[in-house]
Amino acid sequence: MNLSRAGWPTLLYKELLRFWKVSLQTILAPVLTALLYLLIFSHVLEANVSVFGGKVTYTAFLIPGLVMMSVLQNSFANTSSSLMQSKINGNLIFILLPPLSPLELFGAYVAGAMVRGLVVGIGVFAVTLFFAPSLLHMPHPGWALAFALLGSAILGSLGLIAAIWAEKFDQISAFQNFLIMPLTFLSGVFYSIHSLPPFWQTLSHANPFFYMIDGFRYGFFGLSDAPPTTSLAIVAGCAFALSLVTLAILKSGWKLRY
Amino acid sequence: MSIAVEVVNVARRFGRVQALDGVSMAVEEGEFFGLLGPNGAGKTTLISILAGLTRADAGKARILGHDVVTSYRAARRALGVVPQELVFDPFFTVRETLEIQSGYFGLRDNRAWIDELLHHLDLVPKADANMRSLSGGMKRRVLVGQALVHKPSVIVLDEPTAGVDVELRQSLWTFIRKLNREGHTIILTTHYLEEAEALCGRIAMLKAGKVVALDTKQNLLSRFAGLTVRLVAERVPVAWQPRVLRQDAGIFLIGIDRYGDLEMLLAALRIEGIAIGELALQETDLEQVFLRIMGGQGLEAAQ
Repeated sequence: MNLSRAGWPTLLYKELLRFWKVSLQTILAPVLTALLYLLIFSHVLEANVSVFGGKVTYTAFLIPGLVMMSVLQNSFANTSSSLMQSKINGNLIFILLPPLSPLELFGAYVAGAMVRGLVVGIGVFAVTLFFAPSLLHMPHPGWALAFALLGSAILGSLGLIAAIWAEKFDQISAFQNFLIMPLTFLSGVFYSIHSLPPFWQTLSHANPFFYMIDGFRYGFFGLSDAPPTTSLAIVAGCAFALSLVTLAILKSGWKLRY
Repeated sequence: MSIAVEVVNVARRFGRVQALDGVSMAVEEGEFFGLLGPNGAGKTTLISILAGLTRADAGKARILGHDVVTSYRAARRALGVVPQELVFDPFFTVRETLEIQSGYFGLRDNRAWIDELLHHLDLVPKADANMRSLSGGMKRRVLVGQALVHKPSVIVLDEPTAGVDVELRQSLWTFIRKLNREGHTIILTTHYLEEAEALCGRIAMLKAGKVVALDTKQNLLSRFAGLTVRLVAERVPVAWQPRVLRQDAGIFLIGIDRYGDLEMLLAALRIEGIAIGELALQETDLEQVFLRIMGGQGLEAAQ
């Protein structure tokens, strides 16, 4: 492919410009939400919860969880709301008429979601770092980055699938409230799964979000509930499989070109 | 002269509706081609298939020889479509909208042409205005600009003047005519038949997913060399009812073949005791050709 004639860099640029123009809502709002979670949960639970055998304070434990949760939620929000708005407004036609291939559509949308997720994640980290400055000394930053990239790609893909499938905004909310939110909250953002009863521990191991959060946290502490290589393999596998599914959907034209 | 747009036996069904039922036509490069038909005739479906927005159940469509499915990149580069719906992206300004559309086609250094488009479409004062703040007519101009931003050889305009003021209509047609003179192929669908009559060299008429007429404008007009009687009356004599082309609040348009038929119509009115409010004879124009074809009369002649 001759890169100078490719359309996807412009689609990526458009996706970035779109959320940048409403950054109050797309970046600052989620940072504030995460900060509120931190203030409330750490205040209430700091003295009562012990994690990783007492080697890490609860506040320090919570911050990477909140960062990753923000990355995941905002990656999903970016693709799902962008594509859904285009479908509802009818301006999706501007993307369907040019010679953009399914791979270009997928790459540009998901890359846009990853950037939004990472920008919000960095924002959350920057404002919460004040409460646990020791987090800056990460033993394995590469691991954290790998999980952030793969996690945001997974949620970006899920957002695309949700918006392709949905016919109204209600259905996007349903996707978010009944799938994304429970999986995120039950993934160990707020607690170490070792503090759960055995049944819930087992169930947590079936939740791919658990591996994203746990692996991401490994980058900060060198400690985790599951072996980081296992987590990485599972998360990378999910990202790969979901990419294939999303590409196949785009290629089929399902609900977009009918 | 080579073929700009070729459609071969294209069929498309939506649920129980056969939107297109074996449509074939070829438009040559440089033509100004009209695609006419009542609502639901399949015009927009056909355009959507050319643009790759809809997939045909059967048949082939090619733009400049490029199949719209298997060589969609080349086909879409050659095609510019002005959609019927007045759509826009509320996040961007007019210039951003055009630059982004240009980039989708891989043209990232297109400023000179975008400036020219803004100028021709009288959008220069609005170039940095947000799309949301534009009037309907202005938004329509931006849509035209977006369709032309990659200088396509073939330009499809789907009802471009619906709801557009007279001034814009004139300036739009001046611009489109200029593009046509420069060698661009134009395909136009419109409800304003006088527009089609003034602009198009050749015309295809669609009805219920089928091509019912496809000929030069002159041939279509001369094929129905008959006259049209415009009659204002309470009703039309029973025997003449099948020849009513259109009726609207006591005004009837009745097709006749020659002047002699007028005498028979007058006699029938007298016998049935129908008072004549007004009566006028009209030359055939495209609207009457259209009404005759769509009414079923002259269908065989058209085929």
